[in-house]
Amino acid sequence: MKESAGTTGLILNEPVLFEKGRKGRCGISLPRRDVAFFPLDETLAGPGPNFPDLSEVDVVRHYTRLSSWNFGVDTGMYPLGSCTMKYNPKTNEKQAALPGFAGAHPLLPVALSQGVLKIMYELERLLAEITGMDAVTLQPAAGAHGELTGMLVFHAYHKSKGSRRSKIIVPDTAHGTNPASAALCGYSPVNVKSNERGVLSAETIAEVMDEQTAGIMVTNPNTLGFFEENIRKIAEIVHAKDGLVYADGANMNALMGIVSSGDIGVDVLHLNLHKTFSTPHGGGGPGAGPVCVAKHLEPFLPVPRVLKKGEKYFLSEDFPQSIGKLHAFYGNVGIMIRAYSYIMSLGAELKKVSQLAVLNANYIKERLKGILHLPYDRPCMHECVFSDKNQAAQKVTTLDMVKRLMDYGFHPPTIYFPLVVHGAIMIEPTETESKEEIDLFIQAFKDVVKEAGDDPEKLYGAPWRPKVTRLDETEAARHPCLTY
Amino acid sequence: MRYLPHTGEDIAEMLQVVGAASLDDLFSTIPEDCRRKTGLNLPESLTEWELNDLMASVAGAMAVSPEYKVFLGAGSYEHHIPASVSYLLGRSEFSTAYTPYQAEISQGTLQAIFEYQSLVAALLGMDVANASMYDGASALAEALLMAIRATRLKKVAVSSLIHPLYRRAVSTYLAPSGYEIVELPRLNDGRTDLRGLEKMDDLAAVAVQSPNFFGIIEDLAAVGNLTRGAGTLFVASFTEPLAYGLLKSPGSQGADIACGEGQSFGIPQSFGGPGVGMFSCRKEYVRSMPGRLVGKTLDRNGKPGFVLTLATREQHIRRERATSNICTNSGLCATTAAMYMASLGGTGLRELAQLNHDKSEYLKRALAGAGFKVPFSAPTFNEFVVEFPSGFDAIYRRLLDEKIVAGLPLAPYYPELAGRYLLCVTETKGKNDLDALVQRLIG
Repeated sequence: MKESAGTTGLILNEPVLFEKGRKGRCGISLPRRDVAFFPLDETLAGPGPNFPDLSEVDVVRHYTRLSSWNFGVDTGMYPLGSCTMKYNPKTNEKQAALPGFAGAHPLLPVALSQGVLKIMYELERLLAEITGMDAVTLQPAAGAHGELTGMLVFHAYHKSKGSRRSKIIVPDTAHGTNPASAALCGYSPVNVKSNERGVLSAETIAEVMDEQTAGIMVTNPNTLGFFEENIRKIAEIVHAKDGLVYADGANMNALMGIVSSGDIGVDVLHLNLHKTFSTPHGGGGPGAGPVCVAKHLEPFLPVPRVLKKGEKYFLSEDFPQSIGKLHAFYGNVGIMIRAYSYIMSLGAELKKVSQLAVLNANYIKERLKGILHLPYDRPCMHECVFSDKNQAAQKVTTLDMVKRLMDYGFHPPTIYFPLVVHGAIMIEPTETESKEEIDLFIQAFKDVVKEAGDDPEKLYGAPWRPKVTRLDETEAARHPCLTY
Repeated sequence: MRYLPHTGEDIAEMLQVVGAASLDDLFSTIPEDCRRKTGLNLPESLTEWELNDLMASVAGAMAVSPEYKVFLGAGSYEHHIPASVSYLLGRSEFSTAYTPYQAEISQGTLQAIFEYQSLVAALLGMDVANASMYDGASALAEALLMAIRATRLKKVAVSSLIHPLYRRAVSTYLAPSGYEIVELPRLNDGRTDLRGLEKMDDLAAVAVQSPNFFGIIEDLAAVGNLTRGAGTLFVASFTEPLAYGLLKSPGSQGADIACGEGQSFGIPQSFGGPGVGMFSCRKEYVRSMPGRLVGKTLDRNGKPGFVLTLATREQHIRRERATSNICTNSGLCATTAAMYMASLGGTGLRELAQLNHDKSEYLKRALAGAGFKVPFSAPTFNEFVVEFPSGFDAIYRRLLDEKIVAGLPLAPYYPELAGRYLLCVTETKGKNDLDALVQRLIG
C-alpha cells in the first residue's frame, strides 16, 4: 500500500505584518514625479494610516510563508461536499490575465470593448445550452447573489401580475443561504421535510402551496446527493397556483448533459462558476453566480444585458420590467473569462465530467459503507452523506474523525450538514480525483476509524501535524479580536 | 481530456464496485421523463494551444493601456500593479483553497484576511472591518440595510453625488422591502447639499461618498456633526480608497460605517470585476455587520492562531434571520488588496496618493489655462469635471480614433450636465501624456 501524503515538514513562523518593517521602507516602485507639488487644503488633509513600511522581499517572504500554512486543491484532495472543489486549470488564469481583458475599463465605449462583450454574450448562450434554460444574466457575483437575483425575479414576476406574496417553500435539504436570500425580498420561508427516501414528496408540497406562496427553492440534486425525482410533479403543483420553481444549481456538477433543467419545470436556476465551471474558490471568493431563466421571466433579468446586432455586441438598458442592477458594473468578468475557457476546453465532454463525478461519489459510498454509517443506502449523484453513528459507542465524533484526516494529508469533507443527518459527513470527490487518490482517501478514512477503536486520543487531539492544533472558537466569539 | 484522470480500466473497475453496468446506468435514479433528450450542442473542445489563439485574438479587440491613453475613472481605476503582487497571488495555496472553515489548515488565508481587516480599519479610521463584500455597490446597499436593522427606521438619505451605478444597486436591494430613499441634491461647488438634514428623526442613515462621483472631496465633518448623537447612522462611501492616504479618514470625521470599492489596490480592472467591497464600522455595530469576520484566538497549546468568528450573525446558522445572505465574498481580491497595501506601506501610500492628486491637479489647471471651464470649484483628488464647448462630440470621437479616451461623458448619468466630462488621472499617466491631451483638445 502507498504511504499517505500527510507528513511533517519545515513550517516557518511568521509574525503579523504590523510586527514587521521599518519606517521609510517601501515595497513598490513609485513612478517618477514629473509635475509640481500641489499641497491639499489642510482642513481636508489627514495623517494617512500608520501602515508598516516593508521592502519588496519582506512582503514576498511574508506571504510565501503564510501560503505554506494553507491547504488548497493544488495541495491535495479536497472532498468538501456541495462545494465542488475540482481542479482549477492553469490556462484559465492565463486567459483572464491577458492585458486586453485584465486592463479593460468597464465604461469604455462599446466599440472598444467588443472582445469582452463577445465572451459574455457567448458564455450566456453556452450556459443556456448546458442548463436547457432560455436566457441568462452573468451579473451576480456569487451563488448567494444569484439566489437574491432569483428571488427579486420572483418578486417582480408576482408584482407584474398584480399580486404580492409573502411566503416561500424551502426544504430541509436546501443550502443555508436560501432562506436568507428569500428573507431579503420579504419572503418568510415555509420549511418542509424530505421523505424517508431523502427527497421531497409531491404531497408535502401540495399541502403547503397556496396563493400566498411565491414558489419553491429546490436544490437539485439536493444536499443528500439525491436527484429530486418528483420535481416535475412538484413543479406542476407550484405552477398550478401561479408560483415559480427556483433551482439552486450549486450541485450542477452532477447533471451536465444528463438533465435539462428547462425541461423539468424549473423557472429560475443559478449556477456557481466557481464550482461547476472550475474557477478557483480563492479562499472565499471571488466567484460568480449567473442566473438562468425560462423565456417568460427574461424581461425581469438585471440590466444592462449584452445583445448582438449583426456582428456587433452592445449593452442594452431597454428592459422596463428589469429588477435593476445588483453590481456596480457587469459582475465578475474575470471569473466569466475563466469559466468560458473551461467550457471551450471541454465542449461536449462536460457530460463526461458529470458522469465521472457521479462515479467517484458512488465508488466512495460503496467502499466506505459499513465502515461509516450510511443513513440513506441508495445510489447517489455527485456526493454521498455518511454519519458518525457507528462511532458513537467509542465517543468519537464526526469532528474528531475529520480533524484526524488532515494528518493523513486530506482536507475534511463538509461536516454537520445537511442538518437532516445527525453528525453528517458529506463527501464530494469531484471528477478530477483519480482512482488511486480516492483509494488513498478511503484507506485513510478506514485507518482513522480503526484508530477510533484502538486509540481515540489520537483523534481527540487531532490534527497533530499542521502549524496549529484545534483553536478556541468560543473564546474568539466571546472576546472578539478582529484587528491588530 | 487532461483534467479527467480516469482510464478505461479505472472506469470498468469502479463501475464494478458500484454495481453499475455503464456510466449511463449511474443515473438510474433519475426518472426517464426528467432525462435530457438531446446531447449537449457545444463547440468541439479546443486544445490548450487553440484556446490560446482564440483568447489572444478576442482580447486583442479591446482598447487598453499602453496602446490607448484612457482617462476614465468613475469607480474603476488604472494603477500600476507590481509584479511581486501578481506573483504572490499566483500562489495556488491561496487561490485554490475554500472558505477557511477548517482553521488548522487554513492559517495562511486566515492571517492574510485578519491583516486585511486591520489594514482596512486603519485606512478608514474605523474599529473593525469585515473579510470583504462583492464590490463597492453591494457594500453600500448592505450598509444601508444594516443601518435600517440597527435603527429600526425605514428611510435613508443618499447623496446624488454617490456613484450613479451604486445608487441603482441600492434601489434594487431596498425596493422589495419598500424602504424609502431620499436623494440629497448638490451645491453649486459640486458638493452634497446637507441643508435638508435638519430634521432626521425618521432617517436610518445618511450616505455620502468622498471623493464623490465628480472627484470632489466632501465635507465629511459636516455630516458627522449632524449625525453625532442623533439616531441616524453616517455611512461614508468611496470608489477610490487611495484617496485616504491623503485625506482625513471617514472614521475621524464621525462615520459609523465606511464602505466602498477596493479595486485600486492591486486588482486588475477586468471590465469592472471582480473587485472587492471594503466594509468597516464602529465596534458597537459589529454584531449587526454582514459578511465574514476573522478573529484571533489560541490553540490548545496556547499558540496564537486565527478563526472565522461571530458566525451566529450568518446565514448558515441563523438562516432567514441572518444579517445578510452573503457567503462567498471576494477573499482573494481582499488578499490582493492587503498585499498591495503592505507593499506600499504608510509612507508609500501617502506619496502615491499625493502624486495622484498632483498629476490630476496639473491637468485640471492646464485645461483651465487653455480656456476650458471647470464647473465645480471644490477641491478634488484624482478626478475632476470639465466642460467642453458644444460640438465636442466630434472631437471626442476623433480622439478615440487617435487612441485617447478623453474622459466619461456625464450626460447619461446627469442629463442636465450635457457637455461635461469626468476625467481621471492616476500615477500611470506621465506629464507628456497630459500635455499631449491638452494639445489635442485645443487642436
